[in-house]
Amino acid sequence: MIINHPLLGPCDAQEFVYKGDLRLIDRPDGMAESAEAAFLDYLYLRENPAGAHRELWFHEQGDRSWLVVTRNTVTHEILKVELARDVARSMGRSR
Amino acid sequence: MRYSGFSVIKEALTGHKGWRPAWREPDPQPHYDIVIIGGGGHGLATAYYLAKEFRQHRIAVLEKGWIGGGNVGRNTTIIRSNYMLDGNEPFYEFSLKLWEGLEQDFNYNAMVSQRGILNLIHSDAQRDAFIRRGNAMILNGADAELLSRDQVRREYPFLNFNDARFPIQGGLAQRRGGTVRHDAVAWGYARGADQLGVDIIQNCEVTGFRIENGKCMGVETSRGFIGAGKVGVAVAGSSSRVMAMAGMRLPIESHVLQAFVTEGLKPVLPGVITFGAGHFYCSQSDKGGLVFGGDIDGYNSYAQRGNLPVIEDVAEGGMALFPGLGRVRLLRVWGGIMDMSMDGSPIIDRTHIDGLYFNGGWCYGGFKATPASGWCFAHLLATDQPHPTATAYRFDRFERGYMIDEKGMGAQPNLH
Repeated sequence: MIINHPLLGPCDAQEFVYKGDLRLIDRPDGMAESAEAAFLDYLYLRENPAGAHRELWFHEQGDRSWLVVTRNTVTHEILKVELARDVARSMGRSR
Repeated sequence: MRYSGFSVIKEALTGHKGWRPAWREPDPQPHYDIVIIGGGGHGLATAYYLAKEFRQHRIAVLEKGWIGGGNVGRNTTIIRSNYMLDGNEPFYEFSLKLWEGLEQDFNYNAMVSQRGILNLIHSDAQRDAFIRRGNAMILNGADAELLSRDQVRREYPFLNFNDARFPIQGGLAQRRGGTVRHDAVAWGYARGADQLGVDIIQNCEVTGFRIENGKCMGVETSRGFIGAGKVGVAVAGSSSRVMAMAGMRLPIESHVLQAFVTEGLKPVLPGVITFGAGHFYCSQSDKGGLVFGGDIDGYNSYAQRGNLPVIEDVAEGGMALFPGLGRVRLLRVWGGIMDMSMDGSPIIDRTHIDGLYFNGGWCYGGFKATPASGWCFAHLLATDQPHPTATAYRFDRFERGYMIDEKGMGAQPNLH
């Protein structure tokens, strides 16, 4: 698979480490009342869709950026690549 | 009809005109006591043991395509019980014992061959870990034998004993491990179940569950509604997709694992070998091809095919261990979809929905587990209690902190 890095252009997927579902960005608040249930959900449960899947890839052998790759899990076609930083900010994760 | 040496000779002398289809092709009835979704090894084994050992009646197995067309036909056919943890080892040893009597039990030649499995040791730390694992196996009634470098060399002289980076220092052997003709397992269980009155319904895709007041009343299928007292799901690889129809999310990701077979060779490899420094395992089929595999590709996939980097990695592992492979041509490469669970161990449990039971999360160890998985799932379906060897395979182990993590990798499915 070739991942079209937003800054570096096309890169072999071998340069990356796969982390998993995009929702791993959205770490729950450990101090909240519902933290136990929220962390069970966050750590262990997955949508695991057949089709478009937004997922985190780490460019370990490159610029060490985290990317959000939208990929079809049935065909391996890569539909969209974004910087995880931008996605996290748009989700309100960054201050 | 019962298969025997006599029946083979009789048919040979009469032009093979007496063979009958090994199972029926029934139309679905409107209601069954127990419906199993998934006509793979685990689903068919479950139906077989439900009928045979637990005396249940009115059972159906629903299969989207043809039986045995999924992972039971795509694996590398290895059986073994060399696990370490208490939650796992009794279960896998139970499975190996069932393999040992399987062919006589269901009267079908599954070509169970206990040719032994050898896990190679390449460092002092690995030897310590393997001794510990071997002791855990022996404590649970399995067999394990630590081999020195010279003993390994006598049995497998063609391995690379000159590898300076990953020297072979010995191995942990399980002599009762081996290989089985994988398709014949599905066919044998299907035939056995069919003879006990189980309806095996192929080309029947489940499209939804009918759940009323927290109870599962049956399944919607491409061949109409089928009512059921209990529904058991055994569809590893597609577990998340099927259980999503019941509104459940699972602690599972689907990943692709590739397997390989070479052109046929004369007998070269007596048993199953695994490389301890990389990820490579290999055996020789009775047809002569070397059957081998390695790591999963590592990203979520439902594609039933992988990519080239893993093929290269597996080939490198093979060459590092077994340099003679270099001139052998690869015949086929294929992929299967694994239910990779969050701790690398399976789930056989009730769900929060009455009458809906789940069996899945087998990672890439499902084939060897087929008989015990079927037996334990049948036990759960018939008695509502987990089988004594499968009490740890619960949904709530993640919540309660009782993970069964053989490799100690944590909740990262692509590392198990």
